Amino acid sequence: MKFGIVVNEGPYQHQSSDSAYLFTKAAIEKGHEVWRVFFYHDGVNNASRLTEPPQDDRHIVNRWSKLAEDHKVDLVVCVAAALRRGIKEENLAQGFRISGLGQLVEAGIKCDRLVTFGD
Amino acid sequence: MSEIKKFMFVNRKAPYGTIYALESLEVVLITAAFDQDVSLMFLDDGVYQLKKGQQTKGIETKNFSPAYRALEDYDVEKLYVEKESMQARGLTEEDLLVSVTVLSRAEMGALMDEQDVVLSY
Amino acid sequence: MLHIVNKSPLTSNTLDSCLSTATGGDILLIEDAVYAATRGNAVEAKLRAATGQFRVHVLLPDLDARGMGDRLIEGVLPVDYAGFVDLVASNKTCQSWL
Repeated sequence: MKFGIVVNEGPYQHQSSDSAYLFTKAAIEKGHEVWRVFFYHDGVNNASRLTEPPQDDRHIVNRWSKLAEDHKVDLVVCVAAALRRGIKEENLAQGFRISGLGQLVEAGIKCDRLVTFGD
Repeated sequence: MSEIKKFMFVNRKAPYGTIYALESLEVVLITAAFDQDVSLMFLDDGVYQLKKGQQTKGIETKNFSPAYRALEDYDVEKLYVEKESMQARGLTEEDLLVSVTVLSRAEMGALMDEQDVVLSY
Repeated sequence: MLHIVNKSPLTSNTLDSCLSTATGGDILLIEDAVYAATRGNAVEAKLRAATGQFRVHVLLPDLDARGMGDRLIEGVLPVDYAGFVDLVASNKTCQSWL
């Protein structure tokens, strides 16, 4: 089955990015395809390459990047929400791309299921 | 894109306190541009989004409420407001800046079940 | 349909709103909503009543993280993330009550 995921909150502040990541990982492990993860609202902060958590904490941004690399998950950051919050190409982490809201709607159309994580 | 799905946007948050109401509206407009079947549901504090007379000068924030009136230009005409949510907030249909269909909780639930995609903010 | 709730029922009306709107089916409690699945709090009776109308599930890793694994209400079905995926897959749509 083809899944789309929406992440509406930033990393470390709210659990939603962790929940979305663990769900995505579990879906892939069960043989499903996660076609796209769309980052909206403060969720765009998940894409900042400048993120540096303490050594004993999980690296939420790198975790997403690795998932994109290992499983070809399309990580899309909403352009309007990103620019509002200072997320640009120059500080975008690996595996993420910036695009429009149409990518969210497209995920809704093309995926069998769309699951939102937020506050 | 020829496939048409039923998209429902469930609005449960008040405007201005957080950005969700505004950003939800942006997704609604894009979804309509993709020629999808769009409906909006206003539930709980979400009904405050439709209150007439919003004046945002004093908070230096854009008043986005006129955009609800522009929705029909995008063929978005299915706006549902939940009756008890409205009553609990001392609002009537006359207080709202667009014409809506008022439904009970049970009717809202049944409508949700009919959707292909539900986006909640 | 699957309804996903993530707020504590003691600070938010989200679970109430979900229970009074949803027509039946599956409800999954995640994040801070897992407190709703536990014994001894002020809203326990409401959740017990809901188990008659819905299949109520709780995300076990979130329950355990909060130290509440020892007081799960009977009738609430614990799932792990794989079970969460199955719930999404087996329902035609899901709504996150944010």
